[in-house]
Amino acid sequence: MESRNLFMRMLMHAVIIIMVLIWVVPTLGILISSIRPASDVLNTGWWTVFKSPLEVTQFTVENYESIIERAGMGTAFRNSVIIASVGTLLPVTTAAFAAFGFSRLNFWGKRFLFGIIIGLIVVPLQMTFIPVLRVYHQVGLSGTFLGVWLAHTAYGLPFAVFMLHNFFSALPRDLFEAAYIDGASLLSVFFRIALPLSVPALASLIIFQFLWVWNDLLVSLIYLGGTRDVAPLTVRLASLVGSYGQDWHLLTAAAFISIVVPVVVFIGLQKYFVRGILAGSVKS
Amino acid sequence: MIKGRQNIWAVLFVGPALFFTAAYLLYPTINTIGLSFMDRYSENFVGLQNFIYVFTSQTMLTAFRNNVLWLVVFTFFTVSLGLLFAILLDRVRYEKIAKTMIFMPMAISFVGAGVIWKFIYAYRPPMVDQLGILNQVVIWLGGEPIGWLIERPWVNNLALIVVGIWIWTGFCMVILSAAYRGIPQEIIEAAKVDGATEWQKFRHVVLPSMKPTIIVVAVTMVVNVLKIFDIVYVMTNGQFGTEVIANRMYKEMFAFTNFGRASAIATVLFLLIVPVIIFNVRRMKEEGA
Repeated sequence: MESRNLFMRMLMHAVIIIMVLIWVVPTLGILISSIRPASDVLNTGWWTVFKSPLEVTQFTVENYESIIERAGMGTAFRNSVIIASVGTLLPVTTAAFAAFGFSRLNFWGKRFLFGIIIGLIVVPLQMTFIPVLRVYHQVGLSGTFLGVWLAHTAYGLPFAVFMLHNFFSALPRDLFEAAYIDGASLLSVFFRIALPLSVPALASLIIFQFLWVWNDLLVSLIYLGGTRDVAPLTVRLASLVGSYGQDWHLLTAAAFISIVVPVVVFIGLQKYFVRGILAGSVKS
Repeated sequence: MIKGRQNIWAVLFVGPALFFTAAYLLYPTINTIGLSFMDRYSENFVGLQNFIYVFTSQTMLTAFRNNVLWLVVFTFFTVSLGLLFAILLDRVRYEKIAKTMIFMPMAISFVGAGVIWKFIYAYRPPMVDQLGILNQVVIWLGGEPIGWLIERPWVNNLALIVVGIWIWTGFCMVILSAAYRGIPQEIIEAAKVDGATEWQKFRHVVLPSMKPTIIVVAVTMVVNVLKIFDIVYVMTNGQFGTEVIANRMYKEMFAFTNFGRASAIATVLFLLIVPVIIFNVRRMKEEGA
């Protein structure tokens, strides 16, 4: 019995370790390839570095140099920062105001309007591209950062309002009553009470929205097109796959540049990310 | 409380969100439904012609078939692997690091994941060294290298689905592991006292208690599958019979500028997604009540 138990435990650890390896190896492969010289990458498999892992001279940063300068990944990185920063702050701010309004104010048509905003969660973005793009062409918003910021704001709102509304509604009523009795204005209740208490929820939402916008391909592809001076990392990387097809030393370096920021954000703030996922999908 | 002036405050607080959602989601949705009955330049009414195309053309039927394949394989593996990890990792000390590793692909863009896996699947003729690790493993096992993204119809579509599974399993794991921890200890202890084996505990205690969450997670995965786009766009761009619905919509819109057909495809996608999400919301409400 004892030995059977021990065997089962060993088996369990083996299964887990194999699975974790399967999950890690793909990313490890591009990381290693991105720092090997082109001639090595294009002639031997990346796993061959483990034959002599301590030979530091087999590694180089020249792939990164050429991809950042010649292939425009540097510009794309800057564009991603520009798109994702405003594309995160604008929707979260708009959603915070709206969620507070819906949970703490009484006004005409409140339930109906709230129902519509939340109901729009069901709309796949494909339903919106053609009409919005037509208007964008007329008013000159296609191919501009402003156009993408506004689109990301609208697309992020239904979920963001839903999440923050849940949070604001759960705050104790007495807290707000007391503030009003003390003569606080609506704005100061919002800024001094509601927002500070919602820091955990806001943090989850900000990380969510940031990762979503940083990793988005479709929205940028539609509203920005492939123009190099505005295209973010995802769009640039996707077009490099077309033009550099088999140049794995360059593609792996480009891929690594595009994933490094979200991975660092994710590892550093995993707690909030998990909390956001749980708030968004299990509870209602 | 402040009374009377609340309507003005309401406009200030709620107005911007209403404007954005109305202009970017509500109005375009209605407009797109209308465009789906018009010709390619949205000039003449063509009745159901675009929808007939959607449901009869060979490329669209391939796309539907692939989405069904995605739906079955992707949903089954993300949910069951997520469940497996949730339960197994709860029993080991290195739970946290292992979970981070499996969850990490969620932080990576689909484009990044597409490039990562294209490299895994890289194919070279048998006489030269392989660059893709998967074909190297095949050779170590005594086989011939395989064109993973080219062999149609099953190998290449399954190869793409694996990428989706790699990305989303961590998401399922996180939610299912929260549900697993939520099972009251007394029930499990009671089953132990009654002498239940591990399998019996899983089958008769763990699985029934987690069923509502498993369904919500599975349905969320179904919605993801219906919208799947980036992976296919980056890895094969729909070549070799790997089209999916969302890719067809993009191609009709940009490559062929047929706005009637593109709108019809989007509308069909919308009609497929709506009931699924309504089902999920209902379930969540029942659970909460």
